[in-house]
Amino acid sequence: MTLGQSPVTRISDADRLGVDPPYDYPDYVGTRLRAPKEPLVVLQHTLSELTGPVFGDRALGELDHDLTRQHAGDPLGERIIVSGRVLGSDGRPLRGQLVEIWQANAAGRYHHSVDTHDAPLDPNFTGGGRCLTDDDGRYRLISIMPGHYPWPNHANAWRPAHIHFSLFGRALPERLVTQMYFPGDPLFPFDPIFNSIRDERARQRLVSRFDIDLTEPDWALGFQFDIVLGGRESTPFEEPHDD
Amino acid sequence: MTEIALTPSQTVGPYLKIGLVGGPISPHLVSPDDPRAIRIRGRLIDGAGDPVPDGMVEIWQANEAGRYAHPSDTRDEVPLEVGFVGFGRSDTVDDGWFEFVTVKPGRVPMPDGRPQAPHIVVGVFARGLLKHLVTRLYFPDEDEANDADPVLSGLEESERATLVAQAEDGGLRFDIRLQGDGQTTFFAV
Repeated sequence: MTLGQSPVTRISDADRLGVDPPYDYPDYVGTRLRAPKEPLVVLQHTLSELTGPVFGDRALGELDHDLTRQHAGDPLGERIIVSGRVLGSDGRPLRGQLVEIWQANAAGRYHHSVDTHDAPLDPNFTGGGRCLTDDDGRYRLISIMPGHYPWPNHANAWRPAHIHFSLFGRALPERLVTQMYFPGDPLFPFDPIFNSIRDERARQRLVSRFDIDLTEPDWALGFQFDIVLGGRESTPFEEPHDD
Repeated sequence: MTEIALTPSQTVGPYLKIGLVGGPISPHLVSPDDPRAIRIRGRLIDGAGDPVPDGMVEIWQANEAGRYAHPSDTRDEVPLEVGFVGFGRSDTVDDGWFEFVTVKPGRVPMPDGRPQAPHIVVGVFARGLLKHLVTRLYFPDEDEANDADPVLSGLEESERATLVAQAEDGGLRFDIRLQGDGQTTFFAV
């Protein structure tokens, strides 16, 4: 523990520990003008970093978790159930966590003015949803299988089917935005965003698992996707304890 | 204790508004009618100097008394404020503008007890960022506190300058430069 002057440590992409992709990853063209070139300054954690927003008591809309029931009719596509647990790096379930998702429709088109892909919009599908985790850290969302879509990164570039996820964790270092993929997608070897994660095992943790037990007969396929949140270093958390 | 494997980050992509804007999280941390309200606006700018119109900025801060609305801030002698969460989110729109309405936070201590200058933690998300970025906003009317701040005083002057907002039209202006000359200082947390 250093008192007095705080030592400043800078950390480059190459030295950054952990499972995350580098900022500087030119195969993903969007990084070229947006990735910072200066090393990050390592910040000694203060209360500002040991805290973060708490949403557990937030009232959400009754149908926020069900992307298939947000309009007058049923959206086109295969209905799916996506569920999993949100855990801390110590394995503890994180309850009351806000889970936010967004995705393309079954044809691979986003309900967004920027998306000009020549595929149909679905008047019964917006593609945004959210829910809170229960006491076991579990979330459950209903949606439809998102389609593949082309993007202008390189010639004949297509994204693997995915759902975007946003999570907060117990404090700022646990904040995570990621993408969930589906098993066996033939586009994995060609996608620079997926492959920006250099560790094969870490990459595979973004691929959901088909689960026959989560699948509901005559209604929807089930996919399991667990999410583990952690920061640069293990952080002690003050939490209310029941025990 | 067994550590289990972390889930890696991926970019928020260009369509984040579908899932992250218009929900329960607002860019107004207090009502614009609150007599204490300050407006903070700025532009998100890329390495070519062009605006980033498809990004998102989040802020996290203590209340006016310097207390975080979080169980890890156990300083009961500093009052909480009913209804003040301290978190806000703004997408960036045409020309890269984002905007928040909030109150100026009070001072929060370092782990060793030294006071930090008032500051707001800022998160930056965009297509092209494979992981979000974290920086801090400091206040231009706090020269003395800024000079003594343990985080700011560890930085080079040029780095420090990117973290202090500017007074503008009765509010604050805080531009965020992702890359190139005058790049904002970003922190590993």
